[in-house]
Amino acid sequence: MVMRKKSPLLVEDNKFCPGCGHGIINRLLAEVLDEMGVADNTIGVAAVGCACLQIDTFGIDWIQAEHGRAPAVATGIKRCRPDKVVLSYQGDGDCLAIGMAETIHTAFRGENLTMLFVNNGVFGMTGGQMAPTTLPGQKTTTSVHGRDVTKTGNPANILELLATFETVKYLARGTVTDVAGINRTKGYIRKAVENQIEGRGYSFVEILSPCPTNWGLTPLKSIEHIKNNVAKVYPPGEVLNRTEEAK
Amino acid sequence: MKRELMKGNEALAEAAVRAGCRFFAGYPITPQSEIVEYMSWRVPEAGGSFVQSESELAGISMVYGAAAAGFRSMTSSSGPGFSLLHEGISYISSAELPAVIVDVMRYGTGLGDIFQGQADYWQGVKGGGHGDYRLLVLAPASVQESADLIALAFDKAEEYMNPVLILSDASIGQMMEPVSLPDLKGHDPDQFQWSLKGKQGGDFRRVTSTMYYRTDFNEYIKAKFDRIAENEERWESVSTEDAEVIMVAYGISSRIAKEAVRLGREAGLKLGLIRPISLWPFPKKAFTGFSENLRGFLTVEMSSLGQMGEDVALADRMRHPVYAYLSGDKVPDPETLVATARRVLAGEMKEAV
Repeated sequence: MVMRKKSPLLVEDNKFCPGCGHGIINRLLAEVLDEMGVADNTIGVAAVGCACLQIDTFGIDWIQAEHGRAPAVATGIKRCRPDKVVLSYQGDGDCLAIGMAETIHTAFRGENLTMLFVNNGVFGMTGGQMAPTTLPGQKTTTSVHGRDVTKTGNPANILELLATFETVKYLARGTVTDVAGINRTKGYIRKAVENQIEGRGYSFVEILSPCPTNWGLTPLKSIEHIKNNVAKVYPPGEVLNRTEEAK
Repeated sequence: MKRELMKGNEALAEAAVRAGCRFFAGYPITPQSEIVEYMSWRVPEAGGSFVQSESELAGISMVYGAAAAGFRSMTSSSGPGFSLLHEGISYISSAELPAVIVDVMRYGTGLGDIFQGQADYWQGVKGGGHGDYRLLVLAPASVQESADLIALAFDKAEEYMNPVLILSDASIGQMMEPVSLPDLKGHDPDQFQWSLKGKQGGDFRRVTSTMYYRTDFNEYIKAKFDRIAENEERWESVSTEDAEVIMVAYGISSRIAKEAVRLGREAGLKLGLIRPISLWPFPKKAFTGFSENLRGFLTVEMSSLGQMGEDVALADRMRHPVYAYLSGDKVPDPETLVATARRVLAGEMKEAV
């Protein structure tokens, strides 16, 4: 077994709960930025929620956006500094509830930046409330009898929505449930960053991620839950690649 | 210097670009749309970026990002749009970043109307966003002052690392007057250690509420806003020394009040005017050196409730009565102000505060 040394960008231990997927995703992103040699010229835009925990432990320039506005903040930075790598990092509530307008319009304008979206199906930091991504029937602290889709809508599949915009160049959904999935996810993140550097346009990567704390499951059971249930609703894979390079 | 005839909103926009503004995000709303329209071509022409944002929430967030990147950044709005800016304004203040916000005030609550008005004094001056912060608030009363104050606003925003609000109004924004503008200035976003540019081999930056990283935050932030309060009062006093009634008015209302001073004095009535140019800090230092015959202050405002009167009473430490002439969505006329001052002297007016 090959042990890879932790990226030097991860300057401190992360602050996420045991079994949380953010730690793996942080590591993948750090490895991508390291391997591409762009960490010194990268600016991250952190969402409100668990995503904001990383700005002290992940050693790149960061800005803490208002809740839901990360892509708008990223737009302001990228327009001013087009030679920098600008990426936003958001969770469910931030990206698809309060920030849906910013998510859609940043894609609609085709900003040349990278959006990372961590889908764990709940509002994590506030204690596991229902999110737009919550599965039908899933119990959360604001859907105690299970999500009723007749009153709260169906799980939000953002990739399907964004795929309708011509300006969107790359869409992928990864998992962090096994080694193969983790490696594929790293590849998606890498492509999304490469697209930006090459000026190919807007890229968005969704990552299915466990939240054992708010799901009330063990870390291992959480992994099983993603494989057996979450990934059925949100199928992993490259959804769209409209870059010239792909053609 | 060469003078041009320009609309207040356009002079303000042009002066912003000349002061080095290279990022603008905005959303159309009357009566400030000329600023958005002007900046849409002018900022790119000067080598900067313009975004017509999907909302004011997004627009101020883009300004937040651009400001963090070290660029002179600005947005403008009015009425309900100004309400939406406050989420971002609070964040920009908490991150201690410079930015300039313009509110071209209109009249009314809720949707209100696109008419001229001065309905946002409370929201702009008292803090429309959440938390424990202040904005330096500057109120132009002419097209020339719209241009002059926007340049000052960018300098002061960087000096204090806090957003600055230009509280203009529909009349000042829409009127045309001769204006002379300074030369075009550049702005180096890399001159600041704090600006986001990638860590480039150094320590990484974290732009967020500065309270997380200071053990002395409470004292520190109080001292910062105290410094603004002490150093940034601006006002114009007109014939206040011997005045028996002193009007207090800013923006468009102060133009009329100044004319009323002239008319009143011609008729032998000792009128004066204090015109606050900074609304926060309110020019307390202007409230001194009055005649023993001063009978009271008369605030002149285009609102219905009289939003500035309490600040006048406080600045005067309640030594004199404060009366109000509130013209709502109508620009007052100078004759009515003279007649109102006569009623003050005749003891016919009810105190407003």
